Amino acid sequence: MSARGDSAQAVGRPEAVRLQPTRGLFGRMASARELWRYRDLALQIAARDVTVKYRQTALGVAWAILQPLGFMLVFSLFFGNLAGISSNGIPYPLFSLAALVPWTFFAGSLLLASDSLVTNAALVSKIYFPRIFIPAGVVVAGLVDLGISTAILFAVVLGWGLTPSPGVLLLPALVAVACAAVLGVGAALAAVNVRYRDVRYVVPFAVQLWLFATPVAYPITLLDEPWRTLSAVNPMVGVVEGFRWAVLGETAAPWDLIGISTASAALLAVAGLVYFHRAERDFADIV
Amino acid sequence: MSDVAIETNRLAKRYTLGTGRRGYDTLRESLVATARRSLGRLTRRPTPPLPEETLWALRELTIEIGHGEVVGLIGHNGAGKSTLLKILSRITEPTSGWAEVHGRVGSLLEVGTGFHPELTGRENVFLNGAILGMRRAEIRRRFDEIVAFADIERFLDTPVKRYSSGMSVRLAFAVAAHLEPEILLVDEVLAVGDAAFQRKSLGKMGEVAREGRTVVFVSHNLAVIQALCTRGILLEGGRAVADAPVEEAIDCYLRGLERAASADLLARTDRDSRGWEASLIRGLEVRNPGGAADVVVGGRPVRIAVAVTEVVPMMECRLTIVNSLGQPIATLDSEVSAPADVRDGELGPRIECDLEALPLLPGRYRIDVLLKGRRQIQDGLQAAAFFDVEPGVIDERPMPTAGSDGDIALAHRWRLPG
Repeated sequence: MSARGDSAQAVGRPEAVRLQPTRGLFGRMASARELWRYRDLALQIAARDVTVKYRQTALGVAWAILQPLGFMLVFSLFFGNLAGISSNGIPYPLFSLAALVPWTFFAGSLLLASDSLVTNAALVSKIYFPRIFIPAGVVVAGLVDLGISTAILFAVVLGWGLTPSPGVLLLPALVAVACAAVLGVGAALAAVNVRYRDVRYVVPFAVQLWLFATPVAYPITLLDEPWRTLSAVNPMVGVVEGFRWAVLGETAAPWDLIGISTASAALLAVAGLVYFHRAERDFADIV
Repeated sequence: MSDVAIETNRLAKRYTLGTGRRGYDTLRESLVATARRSLGRLTRRPTPPLPEETLWALRELTIEIGHGEVVGLIGHNGAGKSTLLKILSRITEPTSGWAEVHGRVGSLLEVGTGFHPELTGRENVFLNGAILGMRRAEIRRRFDEIVAFADIERFLDTPVKRYSSGMSVRLAFAVAAHLEPEILLVDEVLAVGDAAFQRKSLGKMGEVAREGRTVVFVSHNLAVIQALCTRGILLEGGRAVADAPVEEAIDCYLRGLERAASADLLARTDRDSRGWEASLIRGLEVRNPGGAADVVVGGRPVRIAVAVTEVVPMMECRLTIVNSLGQPIATLDSEVSAPADVRDGELGPRIECDLEALPLLPGRYRIDVLLKGRRQIQDGLQAAAFFDVEPGVIDERPMPTAGSDGDIALAHRWRLPG
């Protein structure tokens, strides 16, 4: 055996794996090593999700920007012009686009992730690998879109004559917060979906509600304290407001919102992944 | 370091049978059930636990397989063979007991799982290789070999959805066959592709076995098992009922089949019945019209009669004649109709199939039956009956007797010099 990277092989001692009903925390710890062992597969699954996403579509990657741009137009027309919602002095199209870019990533990834295990049922019931790669691959594929739409966002902002604040350096951190939230919620929903297909009908509806609970179309200043601060338990509040601050550079940094949202996203990620891991062992039997 | 590759200790697996709808139920049902249970707890009136139908696919199975052994798992459908492989390959967890696996495991439970139709052949080789546990570098190293084995060089950059089914199966098997695990678990994957490719795959499996890897093999084709394996484990109802040199285990299995066939067919539980108001196979008889049941003569007329419990609309029947090594020889299928077929309202609950001249060489054969009605499978039984063929005459020529190859006798004529 010439697999160089496999340490257990390299020392010539066959690894022994004990297969038994999972119990307790130790079983969980062991599975972290497992993720590393299967890293090649994680990359392959993510690469598959990225490649397949726009194959045989006429517009291809353009979809990554058409969606937020389309929403921007509709929002600008209805909320900006007709309803006259304030955008704190920022041109409304920019105001909404800066929020729509991370939101589209979040909503799209959440929808796909929650259905991902069921779509990959054949794989799950025939092959062993850490199941978390399936919803995680969807999120990674979404990141590629997010990169493209963020680039467009910058082009629009610069074209408009605004200068982003140094806060742009924090964008990766904000994206990480969004990823943590979407992975936690998406993985948990995917796990529930294996058993109860109801999830498939609930999620699109819930995502729409979530959009209105997030200051995408309206400024967060519409909310009075303490509601403004409390609303940041919705992790997307911190992400969306953070994006606006970083990219548009007009307002003061919403550190409180970002802080609360980060904590909340971390909590969601841990809870979601723990639930996923507990449910994982039954997937092959019921999917 | 021990020489044990696979070890199981009182390994058991229980499946909860679904509510008849693929096992998953709706959120509403389980919410209602939970509410009812908690309500029962409040009022201190214990509600009886919901009756759940369970099935033990494995019952306290304890086996040990050494490094380099090539083991065949044999047994009926539902005996636990596939469940055992699923546990060993970590797809599913045991309910109790444990198994220990020493060494890198590669499992081939279904050829082509994980192929993505939109991806090209090249992309799928990498994806599938990773799914089967190969490192990227390893796949790159063996890439040319894999492609050559599958014989699809020209279509490497075509999406797999445009492949013929034969091509994708060849590619899938090629990827799997170039795995280099220490322990290989194989479930019935050789029954794919055309005859030439099957021979090639079988050769490859033989190679793997000779290289000193540990192989656990499941197949219904006893000839394949016999050719590849040295040891056979016969599973029945989730238990190992025989663990012996492969010939002995196969023999034990066949004797069991015969015992089951001679028992009341309605009493058998290893059937593919759908359960609800199905018509069941009650009995099966092979006879020379006018002669004794179960003894027929090659080249003479034969009637195969299937007795069923009930006549349902649109009954169809498929009989598969299988030789003593478990290789299917011929399929007789009423769904493929001919003008001479009749539907007879007077026939009663039975189906008859007549052969004008039985073209089988002397030997022992069995018949598998699949019964359909209302466009659904009603019942299915493997080895519903055994029969012995006595040497006969075909087209005025005596059949070759002992020592001849093959199973069938053909009417033919020679032209010789002289």
